[in-house]
Amino acid sequence: MYNILNEFLPNVMPITQEFITATEQTIHMSFWTAVIGCGIGTVLGVILVVARKGGILENPSIYQFFDKFINIFRSIPFIILLTLFSGFTRFIVGTTIGPTAAIVPLVIGTIPFFGRQIENALLEVDPGVIEAAQSMGISNLGIIFRVYLVEGLAGIIRVMALTLISIIGFTAMAGAIGGGGLGNLAIARGHARFQDDVIWVSTAIILVLVFVSQFVCNVIIKKITHD
Amino acid sequence: MIQLKNVEVSFKLKGRTVNAVRAVNLEIEQGDIYGIVGYSGAGKSTLVRLINLLQKPTGGEVIVDGTNLLDLSPKALRQERKSIGMIFQHFNLMKSRTIFQNVEFPLKYTGKSKEERRKKVEELLELVGLSDKLNAYPSQLSGGQKQRVAIARALANDPKILLCDEATSALDPRTTRQILQLLKELNQKLGLTIVLITHEMQVVKDICSKVAVMEDGHVIEEGFSINIFNKPQEKLTQDFIQTATHMDHALETILNNKKFSELEENQWLVELSYLGFQTNEPIISHLYSNYQVTANILYGNIEILQDVPIGKMIVVLSGESRQRKKALEYLKENGVEVNILKRHDSESVLKFVKGGA
Ligand SMILES: Nc1ncnc2c1ncn2[C@@H]1O[C@H](COP(=O)(O)OP(=O)(O)O)[C@@H](O)[C@H]1O
Ligand SMILES: [Mg+2]
Repeated sequence: MYNILNEFLPNVMPITQEFITATEQTIHMSFWTAVIGCGIGTVLGVILVVARKGGILENPSIYQFFDKFINIFRSIPFIILLTLFSGFTRFIVGTTIGPTAAIVPLVIGTIPFFGRQIENALLEVDPGVIEAAQSMGISNLGIIFRVYLVEGLAGIIRVMALTLISIIGFTAMAGAIGGGGLGNLAIARGHARFQDDVIWVSTAIILVLVFVSQFVCNVIIKKITHD
Repeated sequence: MIQLKNVEVSFKLKGRTVNAVRAVNLEIEQGDIYGIVGYSGAGKSTLVRLINLLQKPTGGEVIVDGTNLLDLSPKALRQERKSIGMIFQHFNLMKSRTIFQNVEFPLKYTGKSKEERRKKVEELLELVGLSDKLNAYPSQLSGGQKQRVAIARALANDPKILLCDEATSALDPRTTRQILQLLKELNQKLGLTIVLITHEMQVVKDICSKVAVMEDGHVIEEGFSINIFNKPQEKLTQDFIQTATHMDHALETILNNKKFSELEENQWLVELSYLGFQTNEPIISHLYSNYQVTANILYGNIEILQDVPIGKMIVVLSGESRQRKKALEYLKENGVEVNILKRHDSESVLKFVKGGA
């Protein structure tokens, strides 16, 4: 068995430990980006939904501001965001190298995408239910936390599943400029040294991560959906 | 209980102004089941949403139980809304919560303990006849059951008023009757004031003590249902009632059938409407014995509103011209509303009828 692996993956087998580390780094970056990005993205999505025309806290100027903000940030290519915010990253993490430092631009890159998706997910919440809650004298904060975020939870997780795919993709790019992780491994070793087997195995692990995250999200969605 | 004083609502849409409610004055008393009828777009929903200020008026005053709602702070308004329940055409339950959780929703954060809330929810579900569905999700219920849950939820904070916006419009006729029956019971048991919006006069007929008819933002006619049913003044009201009593169908059938619609020279086709327990027979036999006028009944219908029967008939009166006129006077003197639908072609046509030709 060991011999067969050695034969087919001549460059992978000697660096299994590096693969394990890189996988951990990718998971670390993806996880924290998802958590922080999802948190801020949800706040953004909620602001957009309540401030938009007909929303419970209608406010055209706030809506316009965040709407523009999202559109602008979404148009900046991620690879440029990585360098654009290196000063900010150094200020927050103390360095621009390594997986933790990569989380900063990853989060920045994810928020606008996430915010827009969450906005769309929350717009799916039946306006009639919002109206019913208002008729019961529920406060606006109550409507956000007890109606939008509860009734919209399945939609939020669906969005999260979608966003996780692009986050994992982004970590590979962040890896290329010193973030570590599987992307870094694939590029630094596989691409630079023509070690095709390293590229293949990195890709396979990334795919497994994507499938597992999708599977988990689908299980949760199934569990909380009752329509 | 509820006073709408000169209320107006207009929406501005892309430079165009829609006057959804125009200078409406309404007074709804404690214990009323007040119907508001009108076709879609008449402004009924906008009007009823004024009562809990989900819709702010562009003019006028909204007074509920002595309080001018427009004077209240947002917080006080939310408190006031707890005493005004509301149910909707599409029930508007929360899909991700069980029946228990849906009914408990408005009770949370009101200072009641978990145990008190559980007791209250069970009471409410008992009241609407759904005690066995506590842990089901809305998607597992029928339309009628969903509306019962919505009613239980609307009653959670013991409101004085229940607003119903087309609450039975998504339900089949049988379920509609059951829900209306439930509303009537709640009105009697709890002294609940009910404002009920509908596009079906049938619903009004079943439970409303008073009714307002809306058209194009105006209330064009209002009063006790019995009076409105017996003597509708406005054309639109007459249309609604004819639909509810199936007079429209009957008329159409009659007018499309030559045998009935081609009158002879000494005949009139008339609609009779009368109130109370008087049976039609003595009156009709009197027509013959006193005036030698025969009445051939083509269609008859009796509706019972608040225990008062309202009869409607379509008859062909045949007899000598002078005698027919006397017979008509006699009918009017006896409190029968008479509406001549059709005369022989040789006589001038005074009134054209909906559904004719
Ligand atoms: N939020 C709104 N913005 C603009 N127009 C509205 C709004 N709500 C209602 N309208 C308009 O007001 C009129 C009355 O609507 P509505 O009260 O819903 O009527 P109904 O309930 O009798 O069908 C309609 O012409 C409708 O298009
Ligand atoms: Mg309506």
